[in-house]
Amino acid sequence: MAAIKIEGLGKVYPGDIRAVQDINLDIADGEFIVLVGPSGCGKSTLLRMVAGLETITEGELSIGNKVVNQLEPAERDIAMVFQNYALYPHMTVYKNLAYGLKNRGFSQQDIDERVQNTAKMLEINPFLDRKPRALSGGQRQRVAMGRALVREPAAFLLDEPLSNLDAKLRVQMRVEIKQLQRRLKTTSLYVTHDQLEAMTLGDRLVVLNQGRIEQVGSPMDVYHRPETLFVAEFIGSPSMNIVRASTFANKDNQEAVKQLPEGTDVIGVRPDTVVFEKPAEPHLSFDCEVKLFEPAGAESHLYLHLLPDRQAFTMRVEENTAVAEGGKIMVYAPLSVLHPFNEASGRRTD
Amino acid sequence: MVENNRWGNILAHTLLILGVALVVFPIYVAIIASTHTGGTFMRGTIPLLPGTEAINNYRTALLQGRSSAGTPPISLMLWNSFVMAMAITIGKLAISLLSAFAIVYFRFPFRIFFFWVIFVTLMLPVEVRIVPTFQVVADLGMLNSFAGLSIPLIASATATFLFRQFFMTVPEEMLEAARVDGAGPFKFFKDILMPLSITNIAALFVIMFIYGWNQYLWPLLITTDPKYYTIVMGIQRMLTGGDSEPLWHLVMATVVMAALPPILVILFMQRLFVKGLTETEK
Repeated sequence: MAAIKIEGLGKVYPGDIRAVQDINLDIADGEFIVLVGPSGCGKSTLLRMVAGLETITEGELSIGNKVVNQLEPAERDIAMVFQNYALYPHMTVYKNLAYGLKNRGFSQQDIDERVQNTAKMLEINPFLDRKPRALSGGQRQRVAMGRALVREPAAFLLDEPLSNLDAKLRVQMRVEIKQLQRRLKTTSLYVTHDQLEAMTLGDRLVVLNQGRIEQVGSPMDVYHRPETLFVAEFIGSPSMNIVRASTFANKDNQEAVKQLPEGTDVIGVRPDTVVFEKPAEPHLSFDCEVKLFEPAGAESHLYLHLLPDRQAFTMRVEENTAVAEGGKIMVYAPLSVLHPFNEASGRRTD
Repeated sequence: MVENNRWGNILAHTLLILGVALVVFPIYVAIIASTHTGGTFMRGTIPLLPGTEAINNYRTALLQGRSSAGTPPISLMLWNSFVMAMAITIGKLAISLLSAFAIVYFRFPFRIFFFWVIFVTLMLPVEVRIVPTFQVVADLGMLNSFAGLSIPLIASATATFLFRQFFMTVPEEMLEAARVDGAGPFKFFKDILMPLSITNIAALFVIMFIYGWNQYLWPLLITTDPKYYTIVMGIQRMLTGGDSEPLWHLVMATVVMAALPPILVILFMQRLFVKGLTETEK
């Protein structure tokens, strides 16, 4: 177990392509960090740089107070879980787990003890003699986890480990990974593009975009106070409504607009903070046309077009909401729940 | 699949049976001929029923050969052929596995260039380069030796190419997982790549063994000492050697025995082969 310190880390590919740049991150011992971002944002590259599978072209990486830039993956004392598991197909589950230990020169007895313990913990002990081919997707996933756990490394690196599972199994494994990490208290770095995984798993979230860190913070901080327009749009489902001044700064909202922080020309409104009834506190009101009502069980969504320029706008509503598709309604968002941004800088203005 | 047509079926089967007969008949004749005395064969009519001399003929062929004409006993030639074929097969597999490994997994200068150089040699079979190769082997003093018989035939672009194609289908993550697990290049090769390629190795083993076993021109050129005669060229020596009529019964016994080892290799490797096919999965 160890802390990980990332200072000015960058990856430049030949041709001056900057996949990752200027990453600074202090990961405490035992912390669970989730790297999240859209495809191509550099999250996997960053993880692979920590793992030692990609060379580091800029900056410094330390694991447990030791600079590891030049070390091979095996020398960094990390374990990695791959998206497609990368189990050795010709080895039994037992050998898959034991291989890393064997290469490190553990005694047969130590290996056996560790493999048995890990297998028991992950409930894969009945399959130790099977080959990966004879396992289901979920079981393979566990074996992949086991191969990382058995080594008791300083840090776990997980690269979208759940993306090959079906929805139900994914939820189940997500919970298990969380519990496991809590119990073992091993520093973990987890890459995902799935918001739900990001929000539920991480002690802290690192939102990446175009190779840079957009925001670092606890999932709830990031959700409730996105620092940039990108984070605001990326985190949350359905995603935040982004409305430009040209749409909201009309005569209905004259008073409220004056109260917005200086430099605000875009506002973000979470679909669940929009209401039908005019609030007593200062608020923005939106004139809109109902496009579609979409009941989805636990929550229902109302898709609106803001007038006059027909910008799409989503609102979370009760299942029994009586609205006529095609009708015109007014909806309101209190100033206190708005996220004011400046479009040019992309940053929050309050 | 195909509609059921009685006459079509009969026609198809007749053709197939004819085809089989065409292929099998010479082999049958060879086996029958090897069970008669030499004289029976010379009388002009080819016997179609087994004779009584089988044991005698095979014993003579195995232990004496046509010693009067300077050919060694078949047993020695069989052994020579086996050694040469095994050396070629194992050498080819080892070299092509290693070179494919280098080409796929290492970044060295002129990597692509070297790959193409190897690939181009595919177009140069032994027969094309036989004169210069002979010169080189002669200058190195490898005439009349097992090294001379096998080494010039070991380099194999085909096998290198096949292994390269296979290695490229092995997921990148496998290598990365092995690196994280502390396996260096050689361990990765030995513990992961080789077991994964076992099917390909088995298939190539069969092909290469038969290739090595059937070498005719090369052994004929570089061996003058009967001690190094191989069976395939030995048959030819048996036919032409000496002044007397060819001893057909012995020649046929030799032919039958020469055909056996490749068949055995196929039978033996096929089991491994099928096992590999059903058990391996990437």
